[in-house]
Amino acid sequence: MSGLLDKRLIFVTGKGGVGKSTVAAALGMVAARQGRRTIVAEVAHQDRVARAFTEEDSHFREVRMAPDLYTISIDPQHALEEYLRIQVRVRALADVLSGSRMFQYFAVATPGMSELVTMGKIWELAQLERPSGSAAYDLVIVDAPATGHGVAIMRTPKTFADIARIGPVAQQGRAIHATITDGEFTGVVAVALPEEMPVSETIMLSGILREELGLDIDRIVVNGLYPDRFKPAEAQQLRGALDHAGSPESRAALRAALSEHVRASEQREQIARLAEAGDTTPARLPFVFCEQFGRDEFEALSQALEATL
Amino acid sequence: MNVADVLADKRVLICGGSGGVGKTTTSAAIAMGMAARGLKVAVVTIDPAKRLANSLGLTELGNEPALVDPKVFAKSGIEMKGELWAMMLDAKQTFDEIIDRLSPDESTRDEILGNRIYQELSSAVAGSQEYTAMSKLYDLDRAHDFDLLVLDTPPSRNAMDFLDAPDRLTNFFEGRALQLFLRPTGLATRIVGRGTGVVFSVLKRVTGVDLLEDLSVFFRALGGLIDGFKERADQVNKLLADPQTVFLLVTSPEREPIDEALFFWRKLKAARMPFGGVIVNRVHHDEVPAGDGGDIAAELAGELGDKLAAKVAENFEDYLVLARRDRENIDRLAAKLNDDRLLLVPSLDQDVHDVSGLERLHRYLFTSEAGRRKLLEEAAA
Repeated sequence: MSGLLDKRLIFVTGKGGVGKSTVAAALGMVAARQGRRTIVAEVAHQDRVARAFTEEDSHFREVRMAPDLYTISIDPQHALEEYLRIQVRVRALADVLSGSRMFQYFAVATPGMSELVTMGKIWELAQLERPSGSAAYDLVIVDAPATGHGVAIMRTPKTFADIARIGPVAQQGRAIHATITDGEFTGVVAVALPEEMPVSETIMLSGILREELGLDIDRIVVNGLYPDRFKPAEAQQLRGALDHAGSPESRAALRAALSEHVRASEQREQIARLAEAGDTTPARLPFVFCEQFGRDEFEALSQALEATL
Repeated sequence: MNVADVLADKRVLICGGSGGVGKTTTSAAIAMGMAARGLKVAVVTIDPAKRLANSLGLTELGNEPALVDPKVFAKSGIEMKGELWAMMLDAKQTFDEIIDRLSPDESTRDEILGNRIYQELSSAVAGSQEYTAMSKLYDLDRAHDFDLLVLDTPPSRNAMDFLDAPDRLTNFFEGRALQLFLRPTGLATRIVGRGTGVVFSVLKRVTGVDLLEDLSVFFRALGGLIDGFKERADQVNKLLADPQTVFLLVTSPEREPIDEALFFWRKLKAARMPFGGVIVNRVHHDEVPAGDGGDIAAELAGELGDKLAAKVAENFEDYLVLARRDRENIDRLAAKLNDDRLLLVPSLDQDVHDVSGLERLHRYLFTSEAGRRKLLEEAAA
């Protein structure tokens, strides 16, 4: 799987709360360390990635987080304005349009419009010669919405192209669709936690991606794996020790150990389920025991991730 | 804080929060607890875990609440005095139902349901789950005789999506802008002003004629439903602000879900929606005396051997890191809320995926602060 970072565009998706943003950022760090000019694009106006690295506002701005590593938070409103400027070419006309109240309503009410212009901006970022005239990136990593909406957003260009048939939206929709269904150009990383729901959703995602976009998941990343500290026989010993009265500290420590043993075993069962369902071996990232997930933790996690690639 | 007190005299409970914090299981445990106390309760879930859905006898079919077999509870030793009904929301089907109900005639309905923009995009769009969930809640409130409705909200990344959903769709129909869109030439242009003619022609250039035509047809057909949509949005908003409605926010003790909960809470306050409290799931308590890893290892070495004792101590160190993290985040939450309606549920050994799991969780929700402390002590004994 060494080819993953040689792609130009990677979508990182998965169930809500599994650490998509964290994995997207860690993946970006790996790529940047290897000398690729990389940008991590967020699409739900939450500057989660940026906040760990920089004070700068990444709201529709390409902000540098580290050498060769940038981030941007894409919001539909700005994406639409930029799209219009590029499409209409005559600046004054574009401004008339984006300033018009009727157009604002139109943009809000048209189903899929936000998704379409967001995809348009992602595509723009991944071009070698960018319509906006900005410097090109070697790799664009998209911190995409959760599973269902993540696939929906990827499908929007095609849907619009089909409906529009001819005209600029149709043309561009087809171009974007061709790009994201090109396995050489585009990759998909699915992030999961080793728990029932996220694993089920990952298995489902793999089916939907294939069915709707003809894409395969390039890499499944299982996040938050507890260390497998205690063997079943050891757990038995711990239970025995807990039966004899000890100091409150020791009892608490024994209970924590048993609790972790249960969790760690359940996690392994879920990973086994995932491995059974797919044809790629999931990459595993350790649970990070820390009070604040900061730069150092990102660094450590990206090292762990690099080792799995 | 005791959930039973929060829900006294309430008819609608909405559980909000970010994804992956145990919102679905919490909603189900609350609904079950209230039903056990004698109410007729319906819980609307969006996407329950399969095992939980199975254990409640939920299937994907129907899109209407179904009574959960009372035997399910008897098996787990729960005395069920009332009734628990449950349903899984099908966003697409709910949307179709709304169109069906609001359409003035069959041909309008068929035109919308058959429109490609509607078919392809209505369920794919961010916010459509939110919209249909709110709408379903309203329908259930109106058409049934439940004592309590519990809504497990979709995992929005943006709380706004959820609260604004009913309004957003109807905004488009406000004012003269739509009229212009439906009849781009003629009178409307003159009314709205000259500039908009330009807007329309630029729009045509940007989108392409076919797309604009399809959109026109779509909006024109939808135009017949304007009043229905508006009225529905008003009703949903009324239901949300009703004194018998209450919001509970669900979170885990990690930083980001707590940020999200705070964001949601501020929105609720700004919109004057009734806030009932915050439930924090999976808390690593640090009530235990903070021991030094060395002591624990030394104390246990006799019984477990050096190696295993050291592992136990090391594991406990990690646990205490999480306990400190949780404490810090919860303190921050409490300070910002400036409110004592905060309910902490400990990290349970096993994920909740069946009725007996719901029962374990529900014990922590339906008791006082003192009761929770006692449960923790019992678990430690």
